[in-house]
Amino acid sequence: MINEIIMMNGYGSYVWSAFSFTLISFVTLYFVTKLQHSKEQKRFVAKFGSLNVEEAKVARLQNINREILSSTSKI
Amino acid sequence: MYKYFEPNKIFAITSKAPKYVLFLFVVVLTIGLTEALILSPEDYKQSDAVRIMYVHVPAAWISLGTFSSLALLSVGSFVFKNKNFALISKSLAPAGFIFNIIALVTGSIWGKPTWGTWWAWDARITSMLILALFYGMYLLAWRIYEEKEQVVKVTSMIAILGVINVPIIKYSVDWWNTLHQPPSISILSNNSIHVSMLIPLGIMTAAFALFSLLIFLMKYNTELIKIKNKGLDRL
Repeated sequence: MINEIIMMNGYGSYVWSAFSFTLISFVTLYFVTKLQHSKEQKRFVAKFGSLNVEEAKVARLQNINREILSSTSKI
Repeated sequence: MYKYFEPNKIFAITSKAPKYVLFLFVVVLTIGLTEALILSPEDYKQSDAVRIMYVHVPAAWISLGTFSSLALLSVGSFVFKNKNFALISKSLAPAGFIFNIIALVTGSIWGKPTWGTWWAWDARITSMLILALFYGMYLLAWRIYEEKEQVVKVTSMIAILGVINVPIIKYSVDWWNTLHQPPSISILSNNSIHVSMLIPLGIMTAAFALFSLLIFLMKYNTELIKIKNKGLDRL
């Protein structure tokens, strides 16, 4: 049974390489996107940390800034 | 209606959604792979080589659908002057491009056992390659141009020009003599594909669509954080 699945009547190398290429592309794209996302989040946190009290107060007025900060704390 | 497209409102949803979409994607992909590689029958002519269809066809469908969405959103950003449309298009493009590449590569792998060649300058393959070039230009334009107004104009033009190629890809098998067979699946007429192959194809398409959504959400969140980073600089 396992041999049949691997060999696929002689087409195994074609079928498995097509599926492998697809899955490797998925994994690569996922991790590249995740890396870009966490890089931007870290940059945001660093910038936010460098603000003075007044600026931080103004920035916190925006919901989206609070959302970004809360999502960063969960990483 | 446009208030629902405001990034501030969307971010609350898009920042939480990826983990659920990822979970759903893994579940659907696992079912799809089991169906495609083990449970679905082999073809009477192509034998097990037909299983490549379960990654090749959904990838091609999603890359075409994504590019059509890019063009539609580009028209939308011109007509309604809504900058969020451009941001959505920018976030959709990477997944569309990868699906285009997957369709080309898996098509090439499928071509060897069925047609005896890795590549042919056949109408459908060539038009899919042209689509990949348009995706490439679209993504490059976002990197090259710095000025916001200019980049939106250039990328919109690329998307609108490139979408002319989409019906050419769709009807290439009817308009020219190609190595590709005519469509086996149609909404308007009966399908020539057996239900035992249609089910895994449907599940794999759903899995690929979920992956596309996942990447879109992650990319969109990244773009919003980028904008907010610039906003902090201006404080």
